[in-house]
Amino acid sequence: MSTVTTDPHAHAEHDHHHGPAKGLKRWLYTTNHKDIGTLYLLFALTMFFIGGAMAMVIRAELFQPGLQIVEPNFFNQMTTVHGLIMVFGAVMPAFTGLANWLIPMMIGAPDMALPRMNNWSFWILPFAFSILLLSLFMEGGGPSFGWTFYAPLSTTYSNDSTALFVFSVHIMGISSIMGAINVIVTIMNLRAPGMTYMKMPLFVWTWFITAYLLIAVMPVLAGAVTMVLTDKYFGTSFFDAAGGGDPVLFQHIFWFFGHPEVYIMILPAFGIISAIVPTFARKPLFGYASMVYATASIALLSFLVWAHHMFTTGMPVFAELFFMYCTMLIAVPTGVKVFNWVATMWRGAMTFEVPMMFALAFIVLFTIGGFSGLMLAITPADFQYHDTYFVVAHFHYVLVTGAIFSIMAAAYYWLPKWTGHMYDETLGQWHFWCSLISVNVLFFPMHFVGLAGMPRRIPDYALQFADFNALISIGGFAFGLSQLLFVWLVVKCIKGGEKATAEVWEGAEGLEWTIPSPAPYHSFTTPPEIK
Amino acid sequence: MAKTSYLCWSLLTFLLAFSTQSAEMPLNMTQGVTEISQQVYDLHMKIFYICCAIGVAVFGVMFWSIIHHRKSKGVAPAQFHESTKVELLWTALPVVILILMAIPATQTLIAMEDTSEADVTILITGSQWKWHYKYMDHKVEYYSLLATPRKQIDNKLKKGENYLLEVDRPLVIPTGKKVRFLVTSDDVIHSWWVPAFAVKKDANPGFINEAWTKVDHPGVYRGQCAELCGKDHGFMPVVVIAKDQADFEQWIAQEAAAQAAAKAEEQKLLSMNMSKEELMALGEKTYMGYCAACHQPNGAGIPGVFPALKGSKMALEDLPAHIDIVLNGKTGTAMQAFAKQLTLSEIAAVVTYERNAWDNNTGDVVQAADIAKAQKP
Repeated sequence: MSTVTTDPHAHAEHDHHHGPAKGLKRWLYTTNHKDIGTLYLLFALTMFFIGGAMAMVIRAELFQPGLQIVEPNFFNQMTTVHGLIMVFGAVMPAFTGLANWLIPMMIGAPDMALPRMNNWSFWILPFAFSILLLSLFMEGGGPSFGWTFYAPLSTTYSNDSTALFVFSVHIMGISSIMGAINVIVTIMNLRAPGMTYMKMPLFVWTWFITAYLLIAVMPVLAGAVTMVLTDKYFGTSFFDAAGGGDPVLFQHIFWFFGHPEVYIMILPAFGIISAIVPTFARKPLFGYASMVYATASIALLSFLVWAHHMFTTGMPVFAELFFMYCTMLIAVPTGVKVFNWVATMWRGAMTFEVPMMFALAFIVLFTIGGFSGLMLAITPADFQYHDTYFVVAHFHYVLVTGAIFSIMAAAYYWLPKWTGHMYDETLGQWHFWCSLISVNVLFFPMHFVGLAGMPRRIPDYALQFADFNALISIGGFAFGLSQLLFVWLVVKCIKGGEKATAEVWEGAEGLEWTIPSPAPYHSFTTPPEIK
Repeated sequence: MAKTSYLCWSLLTFLLAFSTQSAEMPLNMTQGVTEISQQVYDLHMKIFYICCAIGVAVFGVMFWSIIHHRKSKGVAPAQFHESTKVELLWTALPVVILILMAIPATQTLIAMEDTSEADVTILITGSQWKWHYKYMDHKVEYYSLLATPRKQIDNKLKKGENYLLEVDRPLVIPTGKKVRFLVTSDDVIHSWWVPAFAVKKDANPGFINEAWTKVDHPGVYRGQCAELCGKDHGFMPVVVIAKDQADFEQWIAQEAAAQAAAKAEEQKLLSMNMSKEELMALGEKTYMGYCAACHQPNGAGIPGVFPALKGSKMALEDLPAHIDIVLNGKTGTAMQAFAKQLTLSEIAAVVTYERNAWDNNTGDVVQAADIAKAQKP
């Protein structure tokens, strides 16, 4: 902005210079937060389908008792890689994609603070997942020790795909840490004048806190996989009692990463729901400040509850009590959030477009997942629930109808801003209702088979579980197919459709709705004014 | 419409077709057969009802709002967005509910973890993929393996009533006595679980965990390994038979005598030679029970995970190494030591079998005495 020109021609040329490059190079070399956001989102969608295909293999094998389709070793590879792909390949990159697209637009910044690192943090991901997926074709197959890779199953008793698994997780971790650094630096430095911390939209707040969690725990995961690697190949004995180590130490390290990790996958979802509910209730969010404090409390508590994943490993009773109490405490801030959303709806003027439908489903179904989480916190009862389908039901309620539904809600909510076109509302409602019904047929009966005593991660089961497993599988196939509607809808929306206005939604508030739809390649090159 | 109803009906008949081969499934956690399991069940139900009540209240308000506060009804949105009083209330109220939940949970937990003053102690050792039981006060120990025939798993035979929940030798415990379990593992982490006792304890290699139960009624109680432990994790069930004190005493005395007799018999057999046919027959039986899970019934192994025996250098040439690896296992791999698991003649038979089956025609015949020699150099 050093030269002032009134020549329209020169101005056009200036714009052209800063527009996107053409062809493949645009995507490879891009440092634009919107392009990188798109790359992350498309990558996550692809991984969602790859991980989903593995879930279909699992459900096909479990459709009937007996071994029909795959042998147990391959079944274990499917459960392992399904988990890894969905956690690290689908949910986390989807949230990072949303952060890239939205945080600069929400705080009035021209781009992310570290654009070249942004490019790199995305482009190492395809390599990480290629390594992981290609390891499935090794002699003896890919990782088969569960996504939690408990030692010594992952050390002494695994095949050489473990080395590839370790490197792949390292790359995912580096990518996540870089993404988190970028989010923090952007939020701390690039807020428009007048955008104080307590004026930031909750999506920005929740991501800000999530980014700190990522920086705190991804190195712990890196440490865990490195110790697995050296135990397996370099003669160390971190997790081998014969050499003075302890296999349970692995679980402590893993879950010290793992529990904050599950909040990494849900805090941004809270931010999304806190954006969508006020818009469609046409009423400001209830209890903004308490939402921020609740998010921060959940994040802090997440470091004090890891051993509730390990109640059966044989802990001193004092430790079991400590972790039970801390875990139960998490219900308090989580409850505050749910109450605030309901209070936001109270005496609003609601409409029920697809983003709102997914948000409402999120609130109900995530809360059900929260209830089963509270039940799991009760140590004596956990002895019965632990490692059964009850746990599988619990974490799919919080991750599929929680995290994934919030991502779906976000995609519908901001799709008009991204593409400049309204999505097809009828098709979206079909996608929502098919997903809602099938996801419950898929996951709700898992509570029952779990309580009746079916362990998780088994390729074959006793006969009393047969009917419910057939039903669960039918729900699974239906849920998988329903997601094709989403792809169809997104493609349609990119190609065309009703023109979206700048505001898109009647009740929408926030800086991203002040710029035209589709959002121009560069937005807020001069900071907006915040009142 | 006709098409959908047709689809529904065919789906229903499809599901019913399955029901014919499957048993009734309870929809809730078992109340079990011990005082502790009953307490756990009560705790579970208490929390469940509290969650239901909260759910009804919260979702009730939410759906009331969804029905009445909608734009299509022409309502104007209110603009309130905070209330310190309400917010404090719904922070404090859950804390009170949680404390009410924590009190009974703490009591039950402390009772569950008190393993003192046990009448009977049993060491439970998990290994891929079987359980080993050792009575610490008697000279009785044995392995407990899945008894479901392979053909049922491969859908070549009709599945039995206790499909995947049956073993060759169940654990036997006395009723009315406090039975303490010491749980450990020889290889990876397993988890010993009997839902009817509300006992689930991880078996960690190199460490010993404790649990206990006191069963009041004689009966057969079934469970499974609950921690992913490799390929056949789904195929290592737990079966416990509770007998009253007199029956238990009788059983354990018989068992101790039988095991002592078997040991004496084995020493006698050292001087006798078995024919190749006998060895091959016993070897095949032993191989299918103990070796085939990894090395596969056809000896081909699983490339990259479990080595092939068919055509392998060890099975064709190096006999001493072959005997040694079966006896002592190979550290740093999944190959277990079978010296304690199998009798001398079984080991001799299985080595003979591996050296002559699947075109491995070495013609080698190994006798129990050869194994005994290898064991005591």
